Amino acid sequence: MLWVEIGISVVKIALVLFVVLTLVAYLSYAERRISAFIQDRLGPNRVGPFGLLQPIADGLKFIFKEDIIPEGANKPFYILAPAFSLVTAIIALAVIPIGYGFNTTFFGNLNEPIHVSLQIADINAGLLYVLAITSLGVYGIVLGGWSSNSKYSLLGGIRSAAQMISYELSLGLSIIGVIAIAGSLRLYDIIDAQAKVWFLIPQCLGFLVFMVSSFAETNRLPFDLPEAEPELVAGYHTEYSSMKFAMFYMAEYTNMITASALAVCLFLGGWFPLPFGGWFGIDIEKYWYLPPIVFIAKVFLMLFFFIWVRWTLPRFRYDQLMRLGWKVLFPLAVLNLIVTSAIIVFV
Amino acid sequence: METIIFYVFAATSVIGSLVLVSHKNPVASALSLVLTLFSTAVLFILLLAHFIALIQVLVYAGAIMVLFLFTVMFLNLRDESLRFDAVKVPVKLGILSLLLLISGYFIFIGFKKIPPLNTMVISHPEPFGTVEGVGEVLFSDYLLPFELTSVLIVVAILGVVVIAKRRFD
Repeated sequence: MLWVEIGISVVKIALVLFVVLTLVAYLSYAERRISAFIQDRLGPNRVGPFGLLQPIADGLKFIFKEDIIPEGANKPFYILAPAFSLVTAIIALAVIPIGYGFNTTFFGNLNEPIHVSLQIADINAGLLYVLAITSLGVYGIVLGGWSSNSKYSLLGGIRSAAQMISYELSLGLSIIGVIAIAGSLRLYDIIDAQAKVWFLIPQCLGFLVFMVSSFAETNRLPFDLPEAEPELVAGYHTEYSSMKFAMFYMAEYTNMITASALAVCLFLGGWFPLPFGGWFGIDIEKYWYLPPIVFIAKVFLMLFFFIWVRWTLPRFRYDQLMRLGWKVLFPLAVLNLIVTSAIIVFV
Repeated sequence: METIIFYVFAATSVIGSLVLVSHKNPVASALSLVLTLFSTAVLFILLLAHFIALIQVLVYAGAIMVLFLFTVMFLNLRDESLRFDAVKVPVKLGILSLLLLISGYFIFIGFKKIPPLNTMVISHPEPFGTVEGVGEVLFSDYLLPFELTSVLIVVAILGVVVIAKRRFD
């Protein structure tokens, strides 16, 4: 029995890795196609039908490019930094549940049915785990910026450290309202608590703060000051080339997936298809594959939203970024927390 | 299984703290402290204190150490030679091996007294280490020490501001 469970876990980990890395590759393709559509261009459409093989061509190109380590760079940290970003980005996904799971005997090979949950690890404080691991991701960026021995990289790294610390605060505070209503830090329980109504509706202020902060945490466009190209060339990854550059890129897209999945879990009702009413009496035990489909569809919508925003909004100035974080979002998150807890205690 | 994980991460945390105090590069020192904090968090998980472990990573490794690194990078301290570098390397190594010998002796004594890891874990009551467990104890039995600690931290911050300001004036 133990070996079966270990085997299931290994398969799940391999599956998540495969799906996430493929998704990351195709997100870069989607980003280019959608940006082209928004700007009335065509985008990559030469490799394969509709350019669908473009990510493979990109990957091959990254692998065969020359890997340059600049002179005066701190070599161990220079190599460590992109790996650190990518690893922290990927392992954060381990606690995201995408469905109730199902019972199976593996076509009669087991004596009694075994329950397969649709997440890798079911941690009691799963939400904290995601926050803790993503908060480690900043080290990759900061280290990459520092170890490159270049002023642009260093400025990018310092900016990202300041930005991530500032917005992590409002991100964390905006979530507490959800935790208070759901009464649990387990992502599974939080989603299940949204059967009657999505948390988007009672927690709309929290959702707003959460979304803006997660854009800042993932370094996406209105807040991509760590890599602002007009000022910093390419920010923290200026000196990186070849696969190391690609790893930073993959980490950014993986963080986008994590942020989307977290938004779906916390505010958009997880696997419940409509804001009200749960499953409308559908037998979920039987149709166990419906929740994952709904969940993944929502994640895709969120990812599209991320890309859409990037090609719609201009970049903030650095002082505007800091003012927004500390003087607008942080008080809003505190206000949301006070109102939510007052309602929970007194109503 | 748990014993293997314990020894791996106990060793990592010890090595991390040794690098922390011995490395010349301040960034390397800061990062090895992150490594130490992370492996200590794993040890907390082995003791079923998941909440403490995650808070340790979130607060110390994720926030405070980033601030540290931020300062170090901002001042751009590169290979700052340490003040007590006058102590020669062989002397350092000698002290280190002596310490290892002593601690090894205590470990061998300890083996006979400390119960195996598994029995220690099982003896904990149910809400131990979860968010509910820690929160309940923190806001009932240990409320006064908890509040006093936060006052202490405020005092420390004020002290830093006063000292730093005096130097500027």
